[in-house]
Amino acid sequence: MKITKSIAMLLSAAMLLGAAGCSSTGTEAGGTAAGVAKEEIKVGVIHIGDPADGSGYSYTHDLGITGMQANLGLEDSQIVRKINIPDSDTAATKTAIEECIAEGCHIIFGTSYGYMDTMESLAAEYPEVYFSHGTGYKSNGTNFNNYFGRIYQARYLAGIAAGLKSKTGKIGYVSAYGTELAETCSGINAFALGVQAVNPDAVVYVKTLSSWFDPANETAYAEALIQMDCDVIAQHCDTANPQVAAQNAGVFGCGYNSDMTEQAPAAHLVAPIWNWDVYYTSAVEAVIGGTWAEFGNYYEGINVNFVDVSPVTANCAENTEKYINAVKELMKSGEWDVFSGVALSFDADGNIVKTDAPLVDNTGAAIAPVDDATITGSMNYFVKGVELA
Amino acid sequence: MDILINFLYYSVRAGTPLLLGTTGEIITEKSGSLNLGVEGLMAMGAIGGYVIGCATNSFLFGVLGAFMFGLLGALIFAFVTVTMQANQNVTGLALTTFGVGVYHFWGRSLTKDFPSLDNAPAFKAMVADNGIPGLCDIPYIGKLLFSYNSFVYLAVIIAVICWIYIRKSRPGLKLRAVGENPGAADACGVKVNLYKYFNILLGGGICGIGGLYLASVTNSGAWNDNWINGMGWISVALVIFSNWSPSRAILGAFFFGMLKTLQPWKGNLSTAFPEVLGWLSAIPDEFYQMLPFFITAVVLIVASIRKNKRSEEPSAIGLNYFREER
Repeated sequence: MKITKSIAMLLSAAMLLGAAGCSSTGTEAGGTAAGVAKEEIKVGVIHIGDPADGSGYSYTHDLGITGMQANLGLEDSQIVRKINIPDSDTAATKTAIEECIAEGCHIIFGTSYGYMDTMESLAAEYPEVYFSHGTGYKSNGTNFNNYFGRIYQARYLAGIAAGLKSKTGKIGYVSAYGTELAETCSGINAFALGVQAVNPDAVVYVKTLSSWFDPANETAYAEALIQMDCDVIAQHCDTANPQVAAQNAGVFGCGYNSDMTEQAPAAHLVAPIWNWDVYYTSAVEAVIGGTWAEFGNYYEGINVNFVDVSPVTANCAENTEKYINAVKELMKSGEWDVFSGVALSFDADGNIVKTDAPLVDNTGAAIAPVDDATITGSMNYFVKGVELA
Repeated sequence: MDILINFLYYSVRAGTPLLLGTTGEIITEKSGSLNLGVEGLMAMGAIGGYVIGCATNSFLFGVLGAFMFGLLGALIFAFVTVTMQANQNVTGLALTTFGVGVYHFWGRSLTKDFPSLDNAPAFKAMVADNGIPGLCDIPYIGKLLFSYNSFVYLAVIIAVICWIYIRKSRPGLKLRAVGENPGAADACGVKVNLYKYFNILLGGGICGIGGLYLASVTNSGAWNDNWINGMGWISVALVIFSNWSPSRAILGAFFFGMLKTLQPWKGNLSTAFPEVLGWLSAIPDEFYQMLPFFITAVVLIVASIRKNKRSEEPSAIGLNYFREER
């Protein structure tokens, strides 16, 4: 035990020395605040999974990184990836980030929620390195920012596809969590409002996994929802198993994160997707150009194409593409948003009809106007038409 | 009524990989070898059997492939513990890490062109829940007994054959002798090492088929790095729950399948029977996630307290047999 401890101490001491050495050369090279030459910039990425999995969370983030690399013309050697870093393991997170710093990274992206606190403390320790954390809420105003997007907009659009497709009026939703987490909660609500725009009496039945990654249960949950007569299965979890289960049962589904048509070609309608390259490109550009100070936190949506839905498949009902595009235009123009208290519907000619309809939760109580802080941080109720199953 | 039938139906499906893992481990343990590497054997069988089944588009070759890969893993265990006389617990744990590693390495190296069941229609038809034509249309009974995929029947048949093998056959008698007292068996002319090798390999192969179930039915062949998800460990515990009897393993495995199915089905059950089962949905998910492991712990405690004469635990389990030390 003592030996392992002293080895660990030696190793961490060596690592700190290495890190200190590198950061000082970084400052000598001109300091990041004044910008970095494009040929010299190094970008670190901390992945919770392995992008090589070919689908899912880390894969889509890494698509964003390679997209950014192509947009800016960076060499492979300018990207430092740390994969399979568990976000519940602070020590592993710290080691991975310090390795990135030691390798001379100017900006480090942490893609998972649990990296937040570690990044915050390291940002204070290494003021010359930029830390950018996805999906969380903390930032320090100087070298540590936060990025996330209005994925609820894409979920609303997926809800339209689901609502048009459902014949039973029952739609299943396999979610990692329910009302206890604002991210999942706002996603479910936006999806349900999208469903109700085209299928007013439809009910969204939610089953929560209490886990982000539980492949066997993701299948079992979808099967149980299908047994409740749900004929469209939406999801907010990592694997494509709910979509495959829907396909096996001959019903339909909306995936998440990446276009899951590949995994369930006969069942998939549309999936809310992220175009992470939009953010990664502008963030790295800000470091290169020395404009980080104005950059700040990042919370964009469909207006800059940061979130979107995957292409409408042949499984979708008639008019799906038309309706989705109409609402997408409305969102992009900034004229209307999901939680604005105005409900959308379509008349017989497919034109959008707006109705003042303040949000009502599923107990019938009216809901106060919803701002961004509520959507990302404190939403904890289901809207009317959502049932926990 | 329908909902109860469906609940039991999904419980049986969830319990089938456990039944295969448990039956395999019972055969192994009856020879006096405690192979804790079931999780690893299942992982090897899963990836090997799945890749072979898809490549050949054949259920039979898939099952044989899973059997072979489980057997290969068990061969490592047999060689290290029977021939080299190494500690069984340590070897089994190492085998878990090794088998899961093989599965991750192989699967990850395939990711871009990971085989899909859609490209192997004949294999897919056998792993789909098509049931037995004609019989599956009988009301209630048809759904409950005759509507499963081929694995479910295969698993039950394997368990019954293993029960006959252990309890009713002459080689089974010798096998039990080896597990109870290898020295005495040796003195009677039973080839102890041959029996150990044969049954460790047979058991490992059966565990491998359980892995293929998790790959092709539970996960529908979609790659993720958590196909086995602790089912191998539950299988090891189920051996004790079943008192080393493959026939009791059938009940035990389906009971544990029911525990696993409760979490996804709690909402369905409490909505259908609000008065009787309404409380199910009030229990947090975390409790259900814990339940199979909690029951496992309870079983281990109860089993160790009442070590009575009816226990079928082989006396020489976990002990290597070395003739010169007899």
